[in-house]
Amino acid sequence: MKITINKKKVTAAPEETILDVAKKEGIEIPALCFHSDLKIKASCRLCLVEIKGRPGLYTACSTKVEPGMEIVTESVKINKARRINLELIFAQHQEECNDCVMNFNCELLGLARKYKININRFDDRKKGLPVYEFGPSLIFDSSKCIDCGNCIDVCQQQGIGYLEKKEKGNLYRVVPAKNKECIYCGQCLVHCPAGAFEAVGEFEDIAKPLEDKNKVVVFQIAPSIRSSIGEEFGLPHGSVVTEKIVAGIKELGVDKVFDVCVGADITTIEESLELIERLESKKNLPMFTSCCPAWVRFIESYHPELVPNLTTVRSPQIILGGLIKTYWAQQEKIDPERITVVSIMPCVAKKYEITREELNINGLRPVDYVLTTRELAKLFKRKNIDLKNIKPQKIDNPLGLPTGAGVIYGASGGVMESALRTTYKKLTGKKLLKVEFKQIAERTKAAEVKIGNQLIKVATVSGIGNAKKILENNPYDYVEVMACPGGCIGGGGQPMLADEEIRKKRAASLFKIDSRKKIRFADENPIVKKLYQKFLKDKKIVHSICHTKFYEQN
Amino acid sequence: MKIISEIKRHNLLGRSGAAFPTALKWELVSKAKAKEKYIICNGSEGDPGAFKDGFILENYPQEVIAGIKIALEAIDNSSAYLYLRKDYYKKFDKKLIKGLDIKLFKKTGGYLAGEETSVCAAIEGERPEPRIKPPFPSESGLWGCPTLINNVETFYCVAKIAQGKYEKKRFYSISGAVKNQGVYELPLSWSIERILAETGNLPKGKFFLQAGGKALGEVLLPSELKRQVKGLGAIVVYDSKTDAMALLRKMVEFFLVANCDKCTPCREGIYRIGQMVKKGEIDKKALADIFFVLENTSFCALGSGSVLPLKSLINKLL
Ligand code: SF4
Ligand code: SF4
Ligand code: SF4
Ligand code: FES
Repeated sequence: MKITINKKKVTAAPEETILDVAKKEGIEIPALCFHSDLKIKASCRLCLVEIKGRPGLYTACSTKVEPGMEIVTESVKINKARRINLELIFAQHQEECNDCVMNFNCELLGLARKYKININRFDDRKKGLPVYEFGPSLIFDSSKCIDCGNCIDVCQQQGIGYLEKKEKGNLYRVVPAKNKECIYCGQCLVHCPAGAFEAVGEFEDIAKPLEDKNKVVVFQIAPSIRSSIGEEFGLPHGSVVTEKIVAGIKELGVDKVFDVCVGADITTIEESLELIERLESKKNLPMFTSCCPAWVRFIESYHPELVPNLTTVRSPQIILGGLIKTYWAQQEKIDPERITVVSIMPCVAKKYEITREELNINGLRPVDYVLTTRELAKLFKRKNIDLKNIKPQKIDNPLGLPTGAGVIYGASGGVMESALRTTYKKLTGKKLLKVEFKQIAERTKAAEVKIGNQLIKVATVSGIGNAKKILENNPYDYVEVMACPGGCIGGGGQPMLADEEIRKKRAASLFKIDSRKKIRFADENPIVKKLYQKFLKDKKIVHSICHTKFYEQN
Repeated sequence: MKIISEIKRHNLLGRSGAAFPTALKWELVSKAKAKEKYIICNGSEGDPGAFKDGFILENYPQEVIAGIKIALEAIDNSSAYLYLRKDYYKKFDKKLIKGLDIKLFKKTGGYLAGEETSVCAAIEGERPEPRIKPPFPSESGLWGCPTLINNVETFYCVAKIAQGKYEKKRFYSISGAVKNQGVYELPLSWSIERILAETGNLPKGKFFLQAGGKALGEVLLPSELKRQVKGLGAIVVYDSKTDAMALLRKMVEFFLVANCDKCTPCREGIYRIGQMVKKGEIDKKALADIFFVLENTSFCALGSGSVLPLKSLINKLL
């Protein structure tokens, strides 16, 4: 259909909203409560437009286009209304701009500037409202909340419903539910337009790992951060900056930088062995992946009967951290107690994961600190390190050289793909060419793979809400679950407010790295091979470094 | 369809206060193509100054049911709900709907739970909060099906039209500082003054009143009563002793409780007005700005409708 928007004639499809069309045309309309992942709430009342021939103002996010519509997106009336509503929004929001996850990339602040409003016209009505801590992962400062409802919706979408509205003195507030468990996925955080959530330690503690001068500090970087952190420095979405990250970390004075993807290669090998075993014994099938701690926590808290179905293999950061403090420490003749391992993760649940005591090796935690992608960016910015202009540096040997299989762990489907490659090869001696996955539900794909004369059924799913559906009717042998939409590239530690388009670009870059790697099978990684020959020689040591236990939590 | 053209001929307007042409609603729902359609008779009567639906349900329940039955016949694939405020629900004689495709539903929640999209949400078991319109219920209402929602009195009128007994009257709830509080069925054409006079309710001394409901009705002075009642059929009379500031405080309190806190202008705007009223200091510029966004950008009619009573009270009496 044909419509006009700001006098420009454009074509639009019947299902599109005015906001959709404006976005396509590059016309900016402030849309604070809109997020393409979530249902339209039309509650902030900023995306106002006028429609010729109809009285009043309309919200662009919720109004569908109609043939012949003539839309105006800026006028004296529109701007006046936007300005007042913005002032009212700011009157709820206790500003804390220096310590905010938005890193000054905040839409609220941008709008305040654009519309030249007085952000303090009214006093902050939420001053002194409670700050909640969700375990070792998240902090929710309800005095920053502007009541858009995004976090409630996304947590509902995750099938958890940990956040809810509660009435207090005639006004509703967002509060954590008393009788539920948060799984620490951090999706609330990355969907909040007001920066009301942050990771535990975000800002205050990020320099801590670097402070003790007697320690040897080793950073290990997660697969998915290499294609996302560039965004914090104005690089296009999906830019791959692995070696720039290394250079930046080195400039912080860190001794070594390793790649969590090497840990992922070991996870793959162990997980593949376990899968083969379970397929033979037909016990505890389907086997579920366990490298996402939010998913693990979901199972432990809400479906303890499925704990035996989780693979016992440790997640990549934990395996690599363990190896750094054992194998590498031996090689370098360093007392493991003197080593600080810092993981850079796309994730806030990983902050929780490292506190799990059953992971300790000889009384030491494999990983001492987890910093999120955002936190590393903040650290860089504090030290005036600009990833855009920094000269790349090679990552360190020996634990810095992964296969392509390790890199794709950062996107939904990657763990499955890597495990299938290795399993297929192990059982048939041949290389698996391509597995055809079919989309069967939201963020859910399934495939049947013929390995020798066995037909195994596999599925990959991201988002706990979607995973819950798969649990109901589950004909599978092996299922990969990631808590965040699209996998870790959409994680709760990533740069703020990504949508599907951005997540796709981040993921595509990881798969591109894989496709260009010479070695794409975890078991062919020379370092990993060497590790199995020289260090991971017997069951006992493999067990202490690569496997763990899970149990019911409440 | 005959009944619809009859309704149209009598120019019947909905009696919930919104005064939407009834025939148009009926037409939209009857023409919609769907395997399932719903009819909802809305007896949620949430305005603190209105009690005429309760009166009708008590005195003319047969007519109301007859009106719903006519709708069931006029609209294919339909079944009906009678959505009633708690006390009306309790009193309602369930025998009246025996054998009919009409289910009773008890209202939960407050004032806003009577708004038509909130009604749909409530029956679906969700929080009674207004939904985005369009789609309007006539297109996609209860469980996403075309839904006809009319007020109790509207169904009563339909029954009267079908019987050929409709006399262009409506029910007025009259309350406050008057001698003869009650519900009166009187001609639509009468002015407020005449209604008060004929019911023996016109005060002698100084007074003012609210016409159109205690929630959303406009504040009118004695010199302004030559007009008809707009909105809800309810008149609330206040005597000269009434403290206008205290009344304003009450009004604001009502909106603070009644609104759903979903949209910025209504949640924050009413809160800010509340703060001003509490302190007794009204910042005229801020108030005008808040009225502007309430009127122009509220999500639902409660927010935009709140301006009329508040503004008229402040302008005329403070
Ligand atoms: S971290 Fe995840 S589970 Fe916890 S409140 Fe946020 S969205 Fe819900
Ligand atoms: S905490 Fe953030 S996402 Fe949640 S309702 Fe408040 S502003 Fe919205
Ligand atoms: S999907 Fe990745 S980022 Fe999200 S909770 Fe799981 S491990 Fe963390
Ligand atoms: S984005 Fe449309 S109302 Fe918030």
